[in-house]
Amino acid sequence: MLRLESVYLRLKNGSEEVPILENINLDLEDNKFYALTGPNGGGKTSLAKVIMGIYKNDEGRIYLDGKDITDFSITERAKAGISYAFQNPPRFKGLKIKDLLKISADENSLRAMLRSVGLCPQDYLDRECDSGLSGGEMKRIELASVLARPSRLVIYDEPEAGVDLWSFENLLQLIRNYHKRGNVTSVVITHHERVLSLADEIILLVDGKIADRGSRDKILPLIQEDARCCWKANCGGNNDEVECY
Amino acid sequence: MQDAAGRQIAEVIMMKLNAIENELLKNIADLHNIPSGAVNIRKNGEGIIRHSSANIEVRPKTDKPGIDVIIAPGTKNEAVHIPVLITLSGLVDVVYNTIIVGEGADVTVIAGCGIHNPGSKKSQHDGIHEIIIKKGAKMRYIEKHYGEGSGERILNPQTIVTMEENSIAEMELVQIKGVSSTIRDTKAQLAEGASLIITERLLTHQDQQAVSNMTIELNGKNSNTKVVSRSVARDNSSQIFHPIVIARADSKGHVECDSIIMDHGKISSTPAITAEHPDAQLTHEAAIGKIAEEQLLKLMTLGLSEEEAEDIILRGFLE
Repeated sequence: MLRLESVYLRLKNGSEEVPILENINLDLEDNKFYALTGPNGGGKTSLAKVIMGIYKNDEGRIYLDGKDITDFSITERAKAGISYAFQNPPRFKGLKIKDLLKISADENSLRAMLRSVGLCPQDYLDRECDSGLSGGEMKRIELASVLARPSRLVIYDEPEAGVDLWSFENLLQLIRNYHKRGNVTSVVITHHERVLSLADEIILLVDGKIADRGSRDKILPLIQEDARCCWKANCGGNNDEVECY
Repeated sequence: MQDAAGRQIAEVIMMKLNAIENELLKNIADLHNIPSGAVNIRKNGEGIIRHSSANIEVRPKTDKPGIDVIIAPGTKNEAVHIPVLITLSGLVDVVYNTIIVGEGADVTVIAGCGIHNPGSKKSQHDGIHEIIIKKGAKMRYIEKHYGEGSGERILNPQTIVTMEENSIAEMELVQIKGVSSTIRDTKAQLAEGASLIITERLLTHQDQQAVSNMTIELNGKNSNTKVVSRSVARDNSSQIFHPIVIARADSKGHVECDSIIMDHGKISSTPAITAEHPDAQLTHEAAIGKIAEEQLLKLMTLGLSEEEAEDIILRGFLE
């Protein structure tokens, strides 16, 4: 359903151009549940933003359901069915939660949307999406705004970040339920083993390149081994002994 | 639901005002549906509709243009509407209104001014409001300003508030759009236990200019105030904010100025706090910046265009 062909992304760091993504070739299948993982700074969020159109890739093409969307704007991609749940959702001074959610859904379903992410509608509908909300509350509202939309592809950027373990389990269930409704492909950017264990397929992104992909049984042992060797390297181990991606 | 008096007033309004004037009224005072209470509508320098209720007396001043609004002690859940309309080009209207909220009353006062200037000469309204809130009374005050038309539209409101012991006031001062130039002057004096919240929201665009000066004096023990100003300056417009809180007693005050600047707009914001008592607690903060890119991106990922996203962000910020 989504195909990336030879995608490159370079971003400016001062006067210097830094390669962020290199030669990404990726096929995502319909109705599959993917986990996108890898070390910090490996390019996971950048890849998600390239797919959403937030970053414009320097080279390569992107296809959604066979249609070339490389030159589509963010708005056009959203209308074509791509959704992205931000890792750090922005806050909006003055904007009420109900007004944010109304962009995604009709007024009658707002209360159900909030209840579905574990927030009591009467306490939250009229609150502002600003600094009065905790990071966990913002994540729930972010998820509600995304899950209220009909989507073909949803990318969740570290849904676990800033959410307590108990709430995370509920949010994960919500993501799973949305996925099970069908006709949607889900990609969860994560470092969480619980999510990795649920994925149909894991994609490993290291230093802006797809290092490996495959089933849980194939990728999870590799990640565990890689984590050990990277830890050793960071702790002053002999680099010659370390084999990292 | 309207009561009989409300329906009667609404009918009178429909008869005495044309479509443009009705639209102005809707914009500044939401006056197409009056629930109850008293009303005074001033159009082009003259009072055209005046109605008192059992508890709220509206009477014209005898020495200068304007009205006295006398709210009886203990009046609860009533509203008084006192909007001003200007639809002539070249008219300068100065009006003095005095509002006295009786002890223990709990009322809403809806003021505001709408100018439709069809010509090329400037139209101006200078509204001087003196408000006295008696002991233990509570007042919500809403003042909206709006302008449209080809000629220059000037609105210079002056509001002087005296708050007696344990009185409460919430004031919402709004400039919706279309005002070429405004100098807003708000002064308040608070006695013991009095509480004042002022929320000011301003939008300027094109070459418009806005100046807002506020001086809040906390004279009584345990008095408190919170001043929140939110504004947006677009195009080549400019704004100057200068809210001052002076604490002369064991009291609390907070001033918060937030502004969004766009295009070639200019904003100067200088909140000031002065403590003249050792137990006073005063804080202030001010921020000016453009719309955060992440906010625009988030709304665009929900399918909005950049313009639609901007509009929702600004409406939320100002509403």
